[in-house]
Amino acid sequence: MSRTASPLDVTLPRVPLGAWTEAAVDWATDTLGPFFDAVAALVDTLVRPLTELLTGVPALAIVLIVAGLGWWLRGWKFGLGTLVGLGLVAGMPYWEETMSTLAQVLVASLLSLVLAIPLGIFVAENRRASAVARPVLDLMQTMPAFVYLIPAIFFFGIGTVPGVLATLVFSMPPGVRLTELGLRQVDREIVEAAESFGAPPWMVLLRTKVPLALPTIMTGVNQVIMLALSMVVIAGMVGAGGLGDVIMFALAQVEVGSGFEGGIAVVVLAVVLDRLTDSIGDRFPSARAQRLAREA
Amino acid sequence: MSALAVKSLHKIFGSRQDEAVRRLADGAPRAEALAGLNATAAVIDAGFEVHAGEIFVVMGLSGSGKSTLIRMLNGLLRPTRGSVTVDGVELTTLKPAALRRLRREKVSMVFQHFALMPHRTVLENAGYALEVAGLPKAERRERALDALRMVGLEERADKLPHELSGGMRQRVGLARALAAGTDILLMDEAFSALDPMIRREIQDQLLELQAELGKTIVFITHDLNEAMRLGDRIAVMRDGRIVQIGTAEEILTDPANDYVAQFVADVDRTRILTASSVMEKPHTVLDVNVGPRVAARALRETLTSVLYVTGPAKRFLGTVTEDEILRALREGRQSLDGYVSTERVRTVSEDTAVADLFADCAESVHPMAVLDDRGRLAGVIPRITLLSSLASAVPDDPSAGDDDAAPAVATPTDGPVAATPDAVVADERSGTVDVPLHSMGEPA
Repeated sequence: MSRTASPLDVTLPRVPLGAWTEAAVDWATDTLGPFFDAVAALVDTLVRPLTELLTGVPALAIVLIVAGLGWWLRGWKFGLGTLVGLGLVAGMPYWEETMSTLAQVLVASLLSLVLAIPLGIFVAENRRASAVARPVLDLMQTMPAFVYLIPAIFFFGIGTVPGVLATLVFSMPPGVRLTELGLRQVDREIVEAAESFGAPPWMVLLRTKVPLALPTIMTGVNQVIMLALSMVVIAGMVGAGGLGDVIMFALAQVEVGSGFEGGIAVVVLAVVLDRLTDSIGDRFPSARAQRLAREA
Repeated sequence: MSALAVKSLHKIFGSRQDEAVRRLADGAPRAEALAGLNATAAVIDAGFEVHAGEIFVVMGLSGSGKSTLIRMLNGLLRPTRGSVTVDGVELTTLKPAALRRLRREKVSMVFQHFALMPHRTVLENAGYALEVAGLPKAERRERALDALRMVGLEERADKLPHELSGGMRQRVGLARALAAGTDILLMDEAFSALDPMIRREIQDQLLELQAELGKTIVFITHDLNEAMRLGDRIAVMRDGRIVQIGTAEEILTDPANDYVAQFVADVDRTRILTASSVMEKPHTVLDVNVGPRVAARALRETLTSVLYVTGPAKRFLGTVTEDEILRALREGRQSLDGYVSTERVRTVSEDTAVADLFADCAESVHPMAVLDDRGRLAGVIPRITLLSSLASAVPDDPSAGDDDAAPAVATPTDGPVAATPDAVVADERSGTVDVPLHSMGEPA
């Protein structure tokens, strides 16, 4: 194709962002090796026993326990739904993979929240930190999920650990954001009241702000778990195992049936986890107070 | 020593605060002084002292800086300039820990929107200050229940705040502050969010509690009637500055400027003004030992028909009219003793509210006599004066009540004008009657 030269045809310099990233990852692999090893060991010691526990217990027992929990937290309708949903999954050939995925989601979410909630508290108390954290969180949330897998492989190799850690990073932002939001939304006058009676900052935070922010923080917990579940399937690409494996295999072989079965198992897990965590948030005194306020 | 003292207190928000303070120093309005400066002056050069046991009201419209002011009194906000002294302790230089201790021990606060913790029961809210202070649970409960009892809410101790009405919630707020056991109470628009009826009720309750507990209260409000009702003294704020400090009566009768005058124009004055602020000086007062001849002369001189008579220690005895004086003359008496009547005059004390004067006024044939706490005649209130006190912004305006209903009409021509009603007695030898005459309508 020929066209006339235009003044706009100046070649822009190639910015070697990719090369820099590679250099950074290489440097991290070399220098932070022991740290990564420790992290990997931690994740492994959490995931392995939990997976063994979940797959060791008879499927029916787990179905009944979770259904009972659902009944207690949300009522008999949800309990029945849980029974049917999990029963369906148990009836498919992927129960072990489902439990493995569940274990990974629980560990990734737990670690994610352990980091996200304190970080959320920190940025809520510190405007400058908040300004720094915001674009970083945006980046973490919008970066295509697959991309996390690449450095994860570099640092941790193939297997469950890189999957869980990539999941952790991907699921963290809503935990931080909603914790910050919840704390900032606490009525200023109530915080002033606590301060006016001479409460030290830690007391204002732990006994006033956090309890009042709990419903919002719990929404964050719920979001973290949902994101973790969506990521853990993608993590199947790095050999994390579980339902991700099933779905990746089905995709490669173009097997509609097993792909759909794996997908349904993910959906059932998602719905059950979502509703359960949601109803835990509703049971806090501050959530009860909020409902009373709305009714009044 | 005052419980709380504030000196040249400033609070400037924004940048270049020093420059802002400097520009405001000559008293220019803040909008003018700070033009072009990225700063807002919330409080400018505030100064006052609050005495132990008084209710000191700071009144102003929204934006006048009163909420900022009260937050500097317990260090929730740091002043830009000036000093706040609580119980002799300079608060502006305290370290955070010392400041928190001062709040725990000396100053508690009641908030406009109650600021109760919605996830805690009424009892836990009431005991919050004690929890902060680290008291054991049993004692906390005991004292919180006591405080709830004071505000009449001990039966709701286990409810959540949202299960209570607004008025009840603020009583919990009050109980929380009372349970803290501090001498100073800061109340930030504490009753403003309540319905008028409830507000009135809780004001009464506060006054009752105050009579019992004698706290030092700084009360912020935008409601003048509330200020007048509660305040032993009132500071009026406008645009960040305190424009007048005084008792309710002083502010009503002698507003510092047009702004205050306009503000007080629609107050229910009859509740605030007392007999002493509307009374006039009595024009003709005689000692009971003065002879009827002198009395007759006094009547003639002043062209009046009634004389107010005082006895030993200047105590008010009653009135005499022409009829009784004539009778005394006919019967050849040397004093008015036995002719003084209390039938036609009502007496009231100086601090009776004007609202409570009307009934007596209607029954009193002569202008009512206002007595001080030792029973001496302090002044008189003709009906017309009472009525005009309702209408006029300045109740003792000279134009008020200078007509027929007044006890005397004439301006004395030859008698000296006494400064106090009972200062002068008749001197027969001089040949003239020195009746204590008070010119009519003389401003008090």
